[in-house]
Amino acid sequence: MIEVKDVHKSFGTQKVLRGASLRIEQGEAVVIIGRSGGGKSILLKHIIGLLRPDSGSVLFDGHDLACMDERALLGVRRNFGMLFQMAALFDSLNVNENVGFVLRRERKHSEAEIRALVADALDRVELPGIEQKMPSELSGGMRKRVGLARAIVYRPQIVLYDEPTTGLDPIAGDRIDRLIRRVWEELKVTSIAVTHDMKSARTISNRILMLHEGRIYADAPTDQILRSTDPLIYNFVNGIATPRAEAT
Amino acid sequence: MRSILIGRIQQVLSDLGEILILCKETVVSVRYHRPSWRDFLGQLYFIGVKSQTVVVTTGAATGMVLCAQTFFQFHKVKMDTATGAVVSVGMCSELGPVLAGLMLTGRVGAAMAAELGTMKVTEQIDALRTLATHPVDHLVVPRVLATLVSAPLLTIESVFVGIVASYIVGVQLLGIDGAYYLSNMRRLTDPADVIMGLIKAVVFGAIISTVSCYKGLSCRGGAEGVGRATTESVVMASISILIVNFFLTLLLTRLFVGA
Repeated sequence: MIEVKDVHKSFGTQKVLRGASLRIEQGEAVVIIGRSGGGKSILLKHIIGLLRPDSGSVLFDGHDLACMDERALLGVRRNFGMLFQMAALFDSLNVNENVGFVLRRERKHSEAEIRALVADALDRVELPGIEQKMPSELSGGMRKRVGLARAIVYRPQIVLYDEPTTGLDPIAGDRIDRLIRRVWEELKVTSIAVTHDMKSARTISNRILMLHEGRIYADAPTDQILRSTDPLIYNFVNGIATPRAEAT
Repeated sequence: MRSILIGRIQQVLSDLGEILILCKETVVSVRYHRPSWRDFLGQLYFIGVKSQTVVVTTGAATGMVLCAQTFFQFHKVKMDTATGAVVSVGMCSELGPVLAGLMLTGRVGAAMAAELGTMKVTEQIDALRTLATHPVDHLVVPRVLATLVSAPLLTIESVFVGIVASYIVGVQLLGIDGAYYLSNMRRLTDPADVIMGLIKAVVFGAIISTVSCYKGLSCRGGAEGVGRATTESVVMASISILIVNFFLTLLLTRLFVGA
């Protein structure tokens, strides 16, 4: 279970999070939506302990990540997998080394076992047989799928997705959405994604949280959010710019 | 003007504090977490093996010039055969480690800062952290250890090549008697000069690797940030080497020679 309690975060004079609070139960598929630059990715990075709040707390299974030092956080992060916006594959390593990175660092498996696990993870993301390719040889969609394979190969409890479909064409985006949905269903993980792509949000979530002005403005099942008549939610879901929104 | 100066001093002190924290993290990592041999050997190859050309060329050029200039001055007072001793002492205790350090800063330090800086701005460092890997364990420790091993070895190589080059220039080109050249060199070069040079090389290696890794890991702001981090790492490491060299010379001379 993950609980974010009254988290505030500023960068210089810019206040990004102003008391964000949320609770995510095990096995849920949650999407956090909101305007670009509204702090969604910042919130996601707080959930995995990459950023520390100025105030407030981030609890994972009762442990406050904000109070842990970096080394203690490493143990907690073993429960998480994360797909970054631009995949963040290691440039100097091939796909096999990227996907099997954690397994090789842990030194718990033989090389043959690691290769089998890597092949299985690549199969899951529909990219079999590309182990020897370098990240520079992959398209944007393929990089994200390799990033997803890297995030799930060690079977984390929670998988985080930072703008999983950004920068992809609609077909590649749809493929990523289906993979995220499949990973959630087959591996029984908790899935937390950040996106402003409503088609993606509809496919991969059963609950949507809307971040607005640094706080969680709405928290409801996906269907309810999509049918909401609240002007702010309605305009965002349907992509309608209001004069006030246009100005920001 | 005053506020700019205060801001600059605060920045330098903040950098020094962050570098000390990085040093502490590195020591903790080496002590409690087994470094990866594969990463270490990869860095040893890049830092040690691939830097040989630049370091050897620098050593040879310095030895030759030092020999020629010393000879031109000493010849006026009929001290030609002391030329080898000046070159040897100068190369072992000062020029060898300092010039090797500066060349390593340009070649290796810049590459480290640029590589880690690029990893930072493309979220690869964050990706490492999400993969339960401390960036210091995976990125800093192999680089620091490889530089600590490589710097003294490259310095020895640079000094040796410099002395050989000076012998060729002095004896073959300038006509100094070879036997006296070597004899005076051996007589006036103290083992303490060699030890001082090696200690300096290790310290400079530590400066280059920690400053460069720190600048890379603290990089911000895309391609421009990477460029800035690279430049800052070279400037900071070079200046640190020159300043630290002065104090090391005073300290080590007092320690070994008692002057």
